[in-house]
Amino acid sequence: MSGRRKESAVIISQEGIALDIYSMWIHTEKIAESAVPGQFISMYTKDGSKLLPRPISLCEIDRQKSGIRVVYRVTGTGTGTEQFAKLLSGDTIDILGPLGNGFPLDVTENTGKNTKDCRAMLIGGGIGVPPMLELAKQLNTEKIMVMGYRDQQFLRTEFQKQGSLYIATEDGSAGTKGNVMDAIEGNGLSADIIYACGPAPMLHAIKRYAEEKSIVCYISMEEKMACGIGTCLACVCQSKEIDGHSHVHNKRVCKDGPVFLSTEVEI
Amino acid sequence: MNTTVNLAGIELKNPVMTASGTFGSGEEYSEFVDLNRLGAVVTKGVANVPWPGNPTPRIAETHGGMLNAIGLQNPGMEVFCARDIPFLKQFDTKIIVNVCGKSAEDYCEVVERLADEPVDMLEINISCPNVKEGGIAFGQNPASVEAITREVKKHAKQPVIMKLSPNVTDITAMAKAAEAGGADALSLINTITGMKIDVHRQKFALANRTGGLSGPAIKPIAVRMVYQAANAVRLPIIGMGGIATWEDAIEFILAGATAVSTGTANFYNPSVTVEIVEGIEKYMEKYHIENISDIIGMVK
Repeated sequence: MSGRRKESAVIISQEGIALDIYSMWIHTEKIAESAVPGQFISMYTKDGSKLLPRPISLCEIDRQKSGIRVVYRVTGTGTGTEQFAKLLSGDTIDILGPLGNGFPLDVTENTGKNTKDCRAMLIGGGIGVPPMLELAKQLNTEKIMVMGYRDQQFLRTEFQKQGSLYIATEDGSAGTKGNVMDAIEGNGLSADIIYACGPAPMLHAIKRYAEEKSIVCYISMEEKMACGIGTCLACVCQSKEIDGHSHVHNKRVCKDGPVFLSTEVEI
Repeated sequence: MNTTVNLAGIELKNPVMTASGTFGSGEEYSEFVDLNRLGAVVTKGVANVPWPGNPTPRIAETHGGMLNAIGLQNPGMEVFCARDIPFLKQFDTKIIVNVCGKSAEDYCEVVERLADEPVDMLEINISCPNVKEGGIAFGQNPASVEAITREVKKHAKQPVIMKLSPNVTDITAMAKAAEAGGADALSLINTITGMKIDVHRQKFALANRTGGLSGPAIKPIAVRMVYQAANAVRLPIIGMGGIATWEDAIEFILAGATAVSTGTANFYNPSVTVEIVEGIEKYMEKYHIENISDIIGMVK
C-alpha cells in the first residue's frame, strides 16, 4: 500500500447536513490523487489530551481539485469529532491517508457478468452511508442503493442522482419502516453483487442474506484503531483464512481491510 | 558532535530507538521514516509459536494516553526469522528483538533460535500486563526476575536487556535482581495496568477489562523510575514511557537513560523517531555538548 502520507491539509468548507452530522471538504496535497472509494483517512485533533486519530471514511474524492469529502457524526460533547465540527474553511487539519484497501470496482471480475448486465446493490447504514456515495459515483454498472437511517436522511438527494434509491428509517418517517433488510425484502430487491457499510448487526444480517442467496458481497468493517497503518494490531477481525501478518486468523481492518469479502470474515 | 552511545558493548549511532509493540518490525513505518536514521529498531514481541492475541476492542483512548490489551499477537519466531530479520537487515540500524513467552522454556527456545541470526541484542519481555501466563508474572518479584534472567543468559549469545514492569512497589529491587541474574541492560518502563469503563454502554472499554496505559500521561512515572534504577545499578538503561518530543528524550537521558524509545507517539506522529534524532542534535549544538553520553544521568 504505497502513497500513504501525513498532511497538514486545509479545510475548503464545512457544514452541518443533519443533526450531529457534518460534511467537510478538505484540500490535500497528494491524498486525493491516489484515493479510491471505501478507503479512509485518520483525522487528528489539535488537542494533546486526545492522541489517537479518528478513522473517517471518504465520502467523495475530487481528484481534479485535490479534494476529499468526509461526512462524519459528532459522537458527543468533549469528543474529537466535536472539535472537528468547529473547524472552519481555511483552518488546517492533520490527516493521514489514504488508508485501507477500498471497494473492488471490477464487477465483471467478481460476478462474471458484463457491466451492462450486472446489478450492484449498495447498502449503507447510519454513518456507514457516506462511503457508498463515492462508490456509487465510480461504479460503472446498474445500481440500486439501500440506505438505512435512524430518522434524518442525509445525502439523500446526492444518492438519487446515482440510481434507484430505497430508504429505510427506524421511525418510519420515510421509506420502509425498519432497517435495510426490511427495505430489501419489502421492495423485493435483488442484485448480482452487494457492497455494504454500517454497524456490525447490519453487516451480520447482510452477510447471512448474501451467503444464503449466493451473492458476492463486500462489507466494510470497523474497529477501534491506533496506528491506522497495520502496525499496532488493535483493529483485527476474525478471518477465515490465516492472515499474512501474524499467521493466525486475525486480519487487520486498517490495512487488510476495511473491505472484506463477506465469506472471508466472522461478524 | 558525537551522538553515539554504547549499550552493553553495542554501539548505537544515536540513542533513539522504538518501543516494542509500537513499530512492528519497521516495515509499515519505513514509508514514513528512514530507518537508517535510528539507533535501533526494537521489534514487537516474538514468541516460539504464533500467538493470536486478545479479543477486541483491544485499545481505548484515555486523557493524554491510551490503554492497550493487544495480547502480544505475533507470528512466532520462524516467520519472524524468515521475513522480518531480512527486512531489517536492509537498513543500517541495530536490531533488537523483543522476546515473549509463557514459561522459562518458551523464552529460552526463542533466544536459542535467535542465537545465530544477525540480531544485535535481545530484550526479554517480563512485563506485559495483558497476557495470563508469562509476561508480567515473571517481572513482579525479585527472585523470579533474577531466575528468568539467569536462565535466559545461559542460552543467549547476544547481550540481554530485561524489560521491567512499573507495576511494582520498588523498581530498584527489580533492577538489582536483573543485574544479579546477569542482565546486560535494562528497559523501562513497560505500560502501567489501567482500566476504562464506558459510561454510556456501561461496559469495560477493553474486552480484556484491563490494559496497559501508555503515552505522555505516564511520562513522569517513567522518568522517576529510570532515575531510581539508574542510581541503583551499574547497567545501562533504555528509558521509555510517554516520549513524544526531543525534550522528553533529553529528560530521560539526564535522568540516567543511555538510550530512549518512542512508543505510543509513533501512532499519532509516524515520523516522531527521526524528529527526536534531529532535535537531540540541535540541543547538543545549542548547549555545546560534544558527546551525548556526557549528559547521561547528569541530573543527580
